[in-house]
Amino acid sequence: MESLILLGFVLVLSIFLGLELISKVPSTLHTPLMSGANAISGIALVGALTLAQDSQLQTALAFFAITFASINVFGGYLVTNRMLKMFKKK
Amino acid sequence: MLNQIDINTIQNLIYIIASVMFIYGIKMLGKEATAVKGNFISALAMFLAVGITVVGVINPLIILGGIALGAIVGSVIAIKVKMTSIPEMVALFNGFGGLATFFIAWSEHNSGIENILQNSLVILTLAIGGITFTGSLIAFGKLSERLKIDKASIITKTFTTIFYAAILYLLASLLVFPLIDISFDYFTILIILVLLAGIGFVLPIGGGDMPVVISLLNSFSGIAAAFAGLLLFNNVLIVAGSLVGASGLILTIIMAKAMNRSISNILFVGYASASKSSSSKEQGEVKPISVADAYLILENASSVLVVPGYGMAVAQAQHTVRELGELLEENGTEVKYGIHPVAGRMPGHMNVLLAEANVPYDVLVEPDDVNPMMDTVDVALVIGANDVVNPSATEEPGSPIYGMPIIEVNNAKTVFVLKRSMSSGFAGVQNPLFFKENTRMLFGDAKESISGLVSEFKD
Repeated sequence: MESLILLGFVLVLSIFLGLELISKVPSTLHTPLMSGANAISGIALVGALTLAQDSQLQTALAFFAITFASINVFGGYLVTNRMLKMFKKK
Repeated sequence: MLNQIDINTIQNLIYIIASVMFIYGIKMLGKEATAVKGNFISALAMFLAVGITVVGVINPLIILGGIALGAIVGSVIAIKVKMTSIPEMVALFNGFGGLATFFIAWSEHNSGIENILQNSLVILTLAIGGITFTGSLIAFGKLSERLKIDKASIITKTFTTIFYAAILYLLASLLVFPLIDISFDYFTILIILVLLAGIGFVLPIGGGDMPVVISLLNSFSGIAAAFAGLLLFNNVLIVAGSLVGASGLILTIIMAKAMNRSISNILFVGYASASKSSSSKEQGEVKPISVADAYLILENASSVLVVPGYGMAVAQAQHTVRELGELLEENGTEVKYGIHPVAGRMPGHMNVLLAEANVPYDVLVEPDDVNPMMDTVDVALVIGANDVVNPSATEEPGSPIYGMPIIEVNNAKTVFVLKRSMSSGFAGVQNPLFFKENTRMLFGDAKESISGLVSEFKD
């Protein structure tokens, strides 16, 4: 219970940190930022890897969670990189 | 036993390093000069966090198989997708992230719930992940124009009702069911309801409001991951998820401000009810212009402002627009691009399209920078944009879009509006710009009209 409260503290601080970090993003970068952030949300993959696999259902759930999170991670980073490479200065 | 502790400690240390890298990565992603590097650092952080987690897993075949399958599918989509399809693809990836957290919550439920707090976390993670998944799928359908269900149709209304019912059921699952003895399998019903709720959440929201929805869903997927982190006691999930949640929230607020509407108005009211109150005033006559005449005016212009909108994306005209811009510059004209934050279907949509067509980003200007010097602009070239240049926003207090910041092209010396027909924009509001003294309408497909101008310049 206590460690959960500590983690809740981490959650709140991280949100404030995020708001501070990204508050002034030029509109040119709105799409890449969104797609790059989207790739980061694929961090769920790390959670999926640690899931228990005690039953067939749980193994299936873990497999699907890993697969879909991986699509999110690989696709997200690659497409963000592709997009950013197009932005050129005069 | 000692060995086990060591691995756990090392994992947690690596997670802290990865968290710091995510923070740097997302910070660098917010500046043009460092964005590519920022994305790389964030990818490296992901690699580290995943890599250290894979060490000593229970069932390597399932895990590596899943990663390999996801890597192949994700990479193929990312490499093959056309730049014009970016909005729906981001929506799709986002949905998959949500789906992963949905499965995590489901699996944790089956592992056995120990206390009410854990139970609440499972329910919230399941709900946010599930709504993100089906909501993103609907957004994907709308953005790729595969899904065409009218806002006022019975299907939409049914799903909207289900959405509210699901929210009530969710609240009951959180607050009531844990306290009373229930004889039915409430969790299975919850699984189905949250998936339906995502559909009901996004279905009623119109295409023009998509930049807000897609940003919000982006935020949701981050929050879902952070909640999953609480559930699994995993700090890197919490930090990374929170960062995504915050960045999505900021984009949502920026988009809502750019439309001068509140987030709840966009999500739950929409333009439809607002536009009924708008009075259609005497509009006057539109003045059409031919490509040849437009060319003559452009040839003598010393400064041109191009204002693109979703119509440019539909017509796939960005490359032709860039060609015209280059010809104008060769002719000694100063060319800028005025980009409204909500032009298109996602935040920064126009910027990506123009970047794809090799337009350098430093000639793209935002409304606040271009409006004060609008009277020095000889020709404002409006390509497939409508609501974002509608002067009602500044002139008509009764208009539903009154107060929305616009690109004030009506103050330019001449305005060319490239448009297919006289239909109104997404907001369903008449645009007085078309009837102004200094406005000329260039009717037809945007790409064809601009190609016409390009060939006039070449001759």
